[in-house]
This record gives sequence, C-alpha cells and structure tokens, in this order.
Amino acid sequence: MTAVALLRIRNLFAVVMLAGIYSLLSAGLFTVMDAVDVAFTEAAVGAGISTVLMLGTLALVGRKEKAPDRHPVLPLFVVLVTGAALVYGSLDMPPFGDPDNPIHQHVAPRYLEESGEEIGVPNVVTSVLASYRGYDTMGETTVIFTAVVGVLLLMATRRRRWTEEGKGDDDGG
Amino acid sequence: MRVLGLFNYWIFIFLMMVGFYTLISRGNLVKKIVGLNIFQTSVFILYISMGKVRGGTAPILMEGDAVYSNPLPHVLILTAIVVGVATTALGLSLVVRIKEAYGTIEEDEIQAEDLRL
Amino acid sequence: MEDRVILRVGAKILIPHILLFALYVQFHGDYGPGGGFQAGVIFASAFILYALIYGLAHAKRVLPLGFASFCAALGVVIYAGVGVATLLKGGVFLEYGVLRHDPVHGQELGILLVELGVFTTVFGSMVAFFYSFTGRRKSRS
Repeated sequence: MTAVALLRIRNLFAVVMLAGIYSLLSAGLFTVMDAVDVAFTEAAVGAGISTVLMLGTLALVGRKEKAPDRHPVLPLFVVLVTGAALVYGSLDMPPFGDPDNPIHQHVAPRYLEESGEEIGVPNVVTSVLASYRGYDTMGETTVIFTAVVGVLLLMATRRRRWTEEGKGDDDGG
Repeated sequence: MRVLGLFNYWIFIFLMMVGFYTLISRGNLVKKIVGLNIFQTSVFILYISMGKVRGGTAPILMEGDAVYSNPLPHVLILTAIVVGVATTALGLSLVVRIKEAYGTIEEDEIQAEDLRL
Repeated sequence: MEDRVILRVGAKILIPHILLFALYVQFHGDYGPGGGFQAGVIFASAFILYALIYGLAHAKRVLPLGFASFCAALGVVIYAGVGVATLLKGGVFLEYGVLRHDPVHGQELGILLVELGVFTTVFGSMVAFFYSFTGRRKSRS
C-alpha cells in the first residue's frame, strides 16, 4: 500500500509524490463515504498545497535520506504494542454504517432537521461550519493566521551565515 | 459476523501505525513530517467512516425524504485538515532553518553536532 | 526554449478559469460542496501556477508578499468583525439572526460574510507560504 511504500523509499522526491497520491486516494475514499466537502478540501489541500510546500522544502534541503545503519527494534515494538491495544479497543466500537450508532443520535438529527428552516442553506456542512459551530471556525481561521505569522518569521528574513566567528550578513535574500 | 463490521477501524489502525512508525523510526526530518501527514489522514478516515450511514447520501438537503450521512464529523475534519496543513507548513519551515543552521536534516547528525558544540 | 511557449500559453488560458472556478466554489458553497477553505486554496493555486510559469519576480509584482500577509490578517478581522457587528446590533457574539429584519436572511448574510473572511485568510496564507518557501535561496552546505 501507498503508506508502506512511503515508509521504505529513500528518494524524498518519490516520497513527496507518493504522499500526494496518498492524499488523493484518501480524498476518493472520502467521496465514497459521502463526505464530499471533506474530499474536496483534502484533495485541494493535501494533494495540492502540502505537495507544493514539501517540494519547495526539498529544493532547499536535498533529496536523499540516509540509510538507517541499524534495525530499529524499539520503535517497531512500540508500534506493535500500540496497534494491538487499538485493535483490542476497536472490538467495542459500533459496526460500520449502522444508522443506530450513538454518533447519529442527539445533535446530528437536530442539525439535519432544523437547518432547513433555521438557516435556509441546503449544504448542511456549510451551515454547521459557519453558523452552528461558527465560533470554532473563527478559531480555525486564527490558527491559519498564526501559522502564517510563524512561517514568515522563520523564512522571510535575510539569511545569515552561522560561522564560528559570529553572525554576518549573507548576500541577501 | 459482528467482527466483519469493524474492518474500517482496522484499516485505520494499520494506516495510523504505519504513520506512527515512520514518525518515530526514521531519522530524516522531512520523512518524519510525511509520517505525521499519514497519521493525520488516517485519523480523518476514521472519523469520516464513523459518520457514514448505510444507504445515506451526502448531507446536502434535497426535496423529499432522504437518508443523509452524518454532517458533524465532516465539519470537524474540515477544520482538522486545514489546521494540519498549517502545522505541516510550520514544520517544514523549521526543517529548512535547521538545515541552514546545522547543514543536515538527519536526526542523529544533528544530535552529534549539538553534543560537539 | 520553445517548449516554454506551450506552458505559458496554456497557463494564460487556464488561470482566469481557475480564478472563476474558485469564486464559483466560494459562492455556491451554500448549495453544493465548497465554501471558504476550498475556494481560498483554489484561488491561491492560480497565483502559484502563475509564479511557477512566469517566475517568482513577476508573481511578486502582481501580488506582493505584504499584500498576501495583509489578506491573511484581513480575513480574521472580517470574521471577528461580523461577530462584533452582531454584538452591536443587540444579539450575542456571532448570532447572525440579528443582522437583518428576518432571522433566515440574517443567517444567509452572516454565512456569506464569514465565508468571505475564511476565503481571504486561506488565500493570503497559501500564497504567503509559497512565497516564503520559494523565495529562500538554497544554502551552500
């Protein structure tokens, strides 16, 4: 599967391309599961922006990953233990697609039924995102803005050369 | 028979473990961030698969009676995807700066450099 | 360099359509899949395409980095501004119903403005990310 290939390939350019394919495949999965808004966003953001940013990073840092010199046993053990615990936990979970699942009670039917009269917008995801849960969306917008501030602080200044004699200006950015 | 209804959780667990393993076992920082992305996307798959209703359709209101899939996980995941890309962008810019400061993005070489200074 | 001509002409044809599609997704987010996030990303990708084909210097003349950062901040201000406007009109924060004479129309107006804020922030952010990563010179180590 794509994910395992991502783990093993050491040419980072191929890794980034495969990550884009992984995003696109999951967007297709979302569509099959009726999550059209999410599929749209995942395709645009995951396969688009993430890939572009990673390629930009690769242009600056280089493409090859060093070969691991010894077999990592401890991470494998941690991963297997966590996976086994999660599988054990999943035995209690409700079956896939059942309309009587607890997740579909309480709030969701209310949104689906009332959204037509209260808001008058057919796309329930938009009405929930922008109106019923509008406060969260404001927080999310702030998070994106904060990330822009962080990236600009890190990347938009002149490059300085870090030598042992101290800092000096580079040829300019 | 009931176990067969759980396969979506197992797919999610497998993907998440692959992402987790990539995150903790590989030393290259860009590979770590890719592993983080796999991890995040697998969690999205979990939530969306939990929101699906058998025989349902996309939650866009239509005329007449229809069975809709649950829109609430869609909203959460929409937010999560965008926050995820913000995190990835910030992480990648940190990787670029680390490369400029240390000359490498392999984790063990960075630690060796730190111990040396 | 003749192969570049195809790219340039193709980009010139495509970019207006991409921008238009982004605006379509933005304003039809109420009736089909779409909304602020998707539209913002698509709109930004038109500018990224322009920068890829015509060079970063040209793109920065069309849309300077300062303007993109300004857009990112402006979107948050629009969003919070809608909330403050609802406060001033007597409702609670972000209660769109008080924006107009009729709660349903108020909701629609509120959603429209709020999605516009999200669109502006996402668009400014994606362009700012792209400029930051590609504007950096490669280190010599």
